[in-house]
Amino acid sequence: MSTDPQILVAGLLTLCIFSFLYRDNPFYKFAEHLFVGVAAGYLLAVQFQNVLKPNVIDSLGTAISAAGTGDLSPKWWTLVPLFLGIILLGRLWTRTSGLARWALAFYVGIYSGIAVPAYMQAQIFAQLADAVKPFGTGWEALYSALVLIGFLGVLAYFFFSSHHRGAHGVAARVGIWFLMIAFGASFGYTVMARVSLLIARVQFMLRDFVHILPGA
Amino acid sequence: MAGPRWTDRLMGIDRRFLFIVIAVAVTLPLLFPVNLPISVSPRVRAAYETIDAVPNGSPILLSLDYEPDVMAELQPMAIAVLRHCFRKNLKPVVLTLYPAAPGLIERALAIASEAEGKKRNVDYVFLGYKSGSQAVILGMGESIRGLFPKDFWGTPLDEIPIMKGIDSYAGFPLVVNLSGSKIADYYIQIAHTRYHRPLVLGSTAVMATDYYPYLSSKQLLGLIGGMKGAAEYERLIDIVGDARKGMDAQSLVHVVIVALVLLGNVAFLSSRGRGARPGGGAS
Repeated sequence: MSTDPQILVAGLLTLCIFSFLYRDNPFYKFAEHLFVGVAAGYLLAVQFQNVLKPNVIDSLGTAISAAGTGDLSPKWWTLVPLFLGIILLGRLWTRTSGLARWALAFYVGIYSGIAVPAYMQAQIFAQLADAVKPFGTGWEALYSALVLIGFLGVLAYFFFSSHHRGAHGVAARVGIWFLMIAFGASFGYTVMARVSLLIARVQFMLRDFVHILPGA
Repeated sequence: MAGPRWTDRLMGIDRRFLFIVIAVAVTLPLLFPVNLPISVSPRVRAAYETIDAVPNGSPILLSLDYEPDVMAELQPMAIAVLRHCFRKNLKPVVLTLYPAAPGLIERALAIASEAEGKKRNVDYVFLGYKSGSQAVILGMGESIRGLFPKDFWGTPLDEIPIMKGIDSYAGFPLVVNLSGSKIADYYIQIAHTRYHRPLVLGSTAVMATDYYPYLSSKQLLGLIGGMKGAAEYERLIDIVGDARKGMDAQSLVHVVIVALVLLGNVAFLSSRGRGARPGGGAS
């Protein structure tokens, strides 16, 4: 067994978490609560170091130092996002919650401006162009035809302004088949992903924790 | 009086028995590997060939956006891609947009650079973590130094030879994103669509099917999906990493799960046919 304290702690906490597979117990609860606490503390420290310190504290520090020498630093602009950040906390109290809407409106406006055109370009127009591109030859033509049939079928399935009858019904039925195949592929991949996580944990326990596998 | 049929007993089986079966199916192949063959998919081969085609000595932007929850899939992938870059004498400029990632990336860089004999700030740069995901990806199109004035260890970027003359996507012939989240979408939207950089994606297996359409539309030039994708990449560069070591277990567990699904369905249909309640016992 490993004598490295980090490996020992990681190994014992892994066993605590796995003990839930038998049934809920104090060891699992302990590991779960420890994880939540450590994760919250770590994130707080990282965000302070990476966001608040460089973007607010250091920035305003530079502005104040420059003011001492009579210069007007552009770093004073930091006060604007700082003010918006502070009024966002207004949501915590009923009387000041209205103020938070200003900050939220600013955030939603900026985010929409960035996200909507990018999404439309990359995920709608580019995909539309690919779905209706000219067919190639051989297998490529078959593949392109399948993509087009699947595309139209799924669109027909999600068109709810008329009943799924006649030609529309047939197209919707085809769409369901494509959706089911896609869900099946996605589920297969999901199983593989979950098994991968278990394999890695067992590798860690056998190799690093108890040293049964070589390569520790 | 006749006892319950085997199908009824199967429907009422304690789920902890299944956990033991899965645990054995994972552990045995790790202890006694048989090294089943690994076929390389066209998606992973395309990723490999795209990276391989980058001219020797070029910088390459490598965004490793994952945390310990998905490190089983993406850490072996990161090590394999880094080793491939090092062998090609490419200069990875590595960054992350996830706060818990730097420790994992430090380890991946240490393993890959030690294996290939490469040095920090000479053969690779680690810019560290920056908060703001989409804003950071957008900002790198304008100025990398504005976002990362220093590397992870505090060296100013202007003092790192690899970074000379590089301050945006334009300095990189290729962007590689290994991601366990929607960050991949942002790289497609911004790095590829807006800044026209060729893009290769490595993702968790759960996400992989979502990104197949981007291969067809050439928005992605290659896709490495999950531990299987990482194992394929390891095979392409001829190393035996954690992903390849895990593939025997992966295959056996899949066989066990398929068998359990079939057995469960047979038992369920048989019980239903006789009017029995799921979970054992007749209604």
